Amino acid sequence: MKRLSSSRLLTCAVVALAVVLRAEPAEAHLNSTGMGPIYDGLMHFLMSPEDLVPALALALLAGLRGAAYGRRASFTLPVAWLVGSLFGLTAAATTGSAVLTSLWFLLLGGLVIADAKLPLSAMTALAALCGLVHGYLNGTGMGQSGFAVVTLFGLTSGVFVLIVLAAAFVVQLRAHWARIAVRVAGSWIAASGLLMLGWSFRGS
Amino acid sequence: MQQGEAAGFLTGFLHPISGLDHVLAMVAVGLWGAQLGAPAIWVLPVAFPLVMAMGGMLGLMGVAVPGIEYGIATSAILLGAAVMLEMRPPLVVTAMLVGVFAIFHGHAHGTELAPGQSALLYSMGFVMATGCLHALGIGIGVVHRWTWGQKLLRAAGAVVAVGGVFFMWKALA
Repeated sequence: MKRLSSSRLLTCAVVALAVVLRAEPAEAHLNSTGMGPIYDGLMHFLMSPEDLVPALALALLAGLRGAAYGRRASFTLPVAWLVGSLFGLTAAATTGSAVLTSLWFLLLGGLVIADAKLPLSAMTALAALCGLVHGYLNGTGMGQSGFAVVTLFGLTSGVFVLIVLAAAFVVQLRAHWARIAVRVAGSWIAASGLLMLGWSFRGS
Repeated sequence: MQQGEAAGFLTGFLHPISGLDHVLAMVAVGLWGAQLGAPAIWVLPVAFPLVMAMGGMLGLMGVAVPGIEYGIATSAILLGAAVMLEMRPPLVVTAMLVGVFAIFHGHAHGTELAPGQSALLYSMGFVMATGCLHALGIGIGVVHRWTWGQKLLRAAGAVVAVGGVFFMWKALA
């Protein structure tokens, strides 16, 4: 996979938006840490694999491509996440679509496996899209919380810290086997997404 | 994260480890990859989880794959034999052979989720445990650089193949 064309990216965006719009109403939940809304948001992100893993996969992908990509993703993803979640606050409560989560696992995991040589603009668009979609889903789940905006700042702080640390870790990897290990992690992410897609079809 | 979700991860992680047939075949994939060296040593661990997940997906969608138990036993026999004989087929053949077996393993083991547990975390646990078994095989396979290690790996392959024969006998009984 040499380049991700803009038309293909647009198609992905339309599909992602369509799946978001048909998200089902359900039990939005926010775990309370007892330490205030900032930490509630942070813990919500760290304890939600459907959000954590795509952010990690994006960090791996950006890290494989180098420092410039890592820097771009590190700032684009959290900002887009925050913007998406603020939009989500105004929407009706929804739960993250399992199909959408699976597709993100598959897409990002697949790109990591392929060590895809995306242009910087495509990486930026990918990070923005990922942040907007996941942030939107997070925001819709927090509309009832009294400190939703503060919580979202905590959450996006967690996104920022994760992507900076993970991307920086991968950027400095020089050994061939270490970069292969990152791609194996991408394989695990994509495989988990594929199984999750199966569960979605089955209706677990 | 709810209690059921954490249990889902543990269930998924422990499932492949608790089945000796799965353990033998997964470790054999790692051993064979280590014997073959690059690029097989990383192509197999990358390809296997993906194809295994496809097998799991087929199972979840209700697509029947006949002779699952025979396929799993055959995988241990052939992978063990490949390690024992230190076979070196072309990479495409190796990947296809391992891929076909991965479908059987995914179909049989990837779909057993207890009620109330997180499907996502179960899937992640299942895939990660399988990957760890590959890593174990590759780790053991490091001894291939020494002459005594090569003999040891061949003996390990024989053990896997005998285990496969045992599971085939059980499946046929």
